Amino acid sequence: MEFVANIVVTLKPSVLDPQGNTVKEALHSMGYNSVEDVRMGKFMELTISADSEQKALDLAHDVCNRLLVNPVIETYTLSLKAQTGGAV
Amino acid sequence: MLRFGVVVFPGSNCDHDCFYAIKQFVSKDVEFIWHKSREIHEFDCIVIPGGFSYGDYLRTGAIARFSPVIGQIREFAESGKLVIGICNGFQILLECGLLPGAMLRNTSLRFICKYIYLKTVNSDTPFTSSMEQGRVIRIPIAHGEGNYYIDPDGLAELKRNNQIVFQYCDANGNISDNTNPNGSVENIAGICNKAGNVLGMMPHPERCCDPRLGSSDGLAVFQSILKSLTVSQ
Repeated sequence: MEFVANIVVTLKPSVLDPQGNTVKEALHSMGYNSVEDVRMGKFMELTISADSEQKALDLAHDVCNRLLVNPVIETYTLSLKAQTGGAV
Repeated sequence: MLRFGVVVFPGSNCDHDCFYAIKQFVSKDVEFIWHKSREIHEFDCIVIPGGFSYGDYLRTGAIARFSPVIGQIREFAESGKLVIGICNGFQILLECGLLPGAMLRNTSLRFICKYIYLKTVNSDTPFTSSMEQGRVIRIPIAHGEGNYYIDPDGLAELKRNNQIVFQYCDANGNISDNTNPNGSVENIAGICNKAGNVLGMMPHPERCCDPRLGSSDGLAVFQSILKSLTVSQ
């Protein structure tokens, strides 16, 4: 079975995000003062072949912890869904 | 003669500068080490140079960590031999866990390439042994991600073990926010491991060894290495 894992990596809340701050300031200068915070991050989409959803999930967490995320400064969220069949 | 090895990753671009500086001013015995090499034990000191290993994809240094030579460098370092990572080399040492902390983008979001002043706050390492404590050197930086980060507990531990080696300062050695080019915690520009035999630094000593380039202050780092290796042999 094929699964698609969507992974969002962001800096930890305790870590200053200079890029996010700059974007926030740009938004404020445009008048969007109700935007209280901006955090920038990375989006990754992994297509995983696995026997079960649990195995695909375990693998996705494993690669996050071992490569995709640096736990010193980053955190991540992960969502997984089964790839539906049919035309690609 | 003391043997230096300069590691070459795909995307390294300060490898030749390091090679030149060492060969010209430090030791005639210097070789390049391709990142797939598994034979590095014959060297006395390994230099991980600057550049953009693997295009800095994912994070700076994140992919280089999986090159075969890194396993060798880990053993080399654990056996107490000297490893110095400069700029991207520092980032690689952080990613592979030989040094604590991580790099963030410069707070200015700019790639900064200029001469700065650096204070030697720990002269009790093999990389600074020929410099007096507190010595200020003039040395170039060239990086987009040199904003050193470590959490408060990690910082306390660095201080406890005297692992902070270099801090950004002004010409008189004053350390303040105004002399911090990239947002690094406590103006940190270079740290060593607990044992003191692995150093990471963002500034480029190899770019200021030849006086014809405007400064030869960086030579002190290589001379220190030479001095400590000569003593230990």
